[in-house]
Amino acid sequence: MTPDKLLFSETHEWVHLDQTEAQPIATIGITAFAIEALTDLVYMQLPKVGDQLTAGEPFGEIESVKAVSDLYSPVSGEVIEVNSKLPDNLEILNDDPYGEGWMIKVKVTDPAPLSKLMKLEAYEKQCSEEQ
Amino acid sequence: MSSTLAKTPLHDWHAAHGGRMVEFGGWSMPVQYSSIVAEHHATRQAAGLFDISHMGRIRFDGAEAAQYLDSLVTRSVTKIKPGQVRYALMTADDGGVLDDVLVYHLQDAAGGSYYLLVVNASNRPKIISWLGKHPEPEGVQVTDLTTSWAMLAVQGPKALGLLQPLVEVELSALKYYSAVETRIDGHGGIVSRTGYTGEDGFELIVGNGAVQALWEKLLAAGASEGVLPAGLGARDTLRLEAGMPLYGHELSEEINPYQANLGFAVNLEGRSFPGHSALLTLAHDNTRPRIVGLELEGRRPAREGYEVRSGGQVVGRVTSGTFSPTLEKPIAMALVAPEYTAEGTPLVVDVRGQEVAAKVVPLPFYRRSH
Repeated sequence: MTPDKLLFSETHEWVHLDQTEAQPIATIGITAFAIEALTDLVYMQLPKVGDQLTAGEPFGEIESVKAVSDLYSPVSGEVIEVNSKLPDNLEILNDDPYGEGWMIKVKVTDPAPLSKLMKLEAYEKQCSEEQ
Repeated sequence: MSSTLAKTPLHDWHAAHGGRMVEFGGWSMPVQYSSIVAEHHATRQAAGLFDISHMGRIRFDGAEAAQYLDSLVTRSVTKIKPGQVRYALMTADDGGVLDDVLVYHLQDAAGGSYYLLVVNASNRPKIISWLGKHPEPEGVQVTDLTTSWAMLAVQGPKALGLLQPLVEVELSALKYYSAVETRIDGHGGIVSRTGYTGEDGFELIVGNGAVQALWEKLLAAGASEGVLPAGLGARDTLRLEAGMPLYGHELSEEINPYQANLGFAVNLEGRSFPGHSALLTLAHDNTRPRIVGLELEGRRPAREGYEVRSGGQVVGRVTSGTFSPTLEKPIAMALVAPEYTAEGTPLVVDVRGQEVAAKVVPLPFYRRSH
């Protein structure tokens, strides 16, 4: 997955949308920028298959030596798949944040929140302002 | 970064070398440069270099300087010899801890004796005002050197070898908790064998103008051995593994020295200081919560403020917690009701709504072997 094919949230999650089905499937992870900012990851908690997510609400937690951060869902829908090997292999996030580092797949039930997501260029602009 | 924050003479160096600057005790300080874990391991295995210029340094001169300090701290400092450093507390009238401090007895080049009080950055305004409420006797001068002098810590097994070429004194002859005025990189300064990491190491006090060259020389000399600049993040994980209290966490005005297992730093016999009479009673009070070490199951760290429970009842709260880079598990210190402080006591920590099993373990979590 290359970042230019993805959409981004203000809270540093990325979304890959598969629109081949009637209900789009969103694959969600967090960006390289977020992983770099967190550093020293020690723990992650992801939702379960079947959980209902609401856009803008936490779907999990990621914790570094220094602090704990919420992961916010960029979409509303039902969790259909979870990358269950990730919490025990957090280095994958550093190695391949946009590929093997995916966190969850969600069947999108409400397309409205998708319009709030940014393209790569806008997201990179936000990151450069945060630095 | 707000312009009201104080900056150390190394501030621009930190910012230019990847230091993530955060507010700490009124100062803009680097929390990390590369990674907390990398800086932590560098300190345990080689050496870490810390800018600790934010620590308050207050000098006391005059024939009665020792008596004056003695009247304010929990341990006698009138008999410490030149070259000795003593850990002590300053307590309020009710025995609560105002700060934990180091008292240095030093000798200048002319053989004159003076004292240095090193206080926590966040407590410096409070301690200065506390000194104002207990005015010094005639003939004692109190000078706040904090902003005119800088302070570094070089900590780790390679610290001695790294620092020796830059100082005139023989460092191997400098005992733990002793200090001396010497030339450091050609400038007048103070070196002490003290630290806050659980490693062997030194703390250096040098003039603002001399500190950056010294810092860069130490880093350049240590680069091939894995020496790294280290920020407040690693300083916190290192001191926590070493079981050392941090003011505002294990120590506060609401916690007395005995609760923090610091009875060794309180000397009541034949002495008088604020809090003395309260501490006479508190020394025998076993009903108050005490600081214990906790190890948690899993990998999820407990954080300050999390509830500690036993049998569904709240029996304490976490004062500091992290993921220990050395032990590779979550460790914490907690203030816990006395009946739950015995080693091995099983407890539960509420980690953001999830009950995580923990047990009381002896402090420190880490003791160096070299």
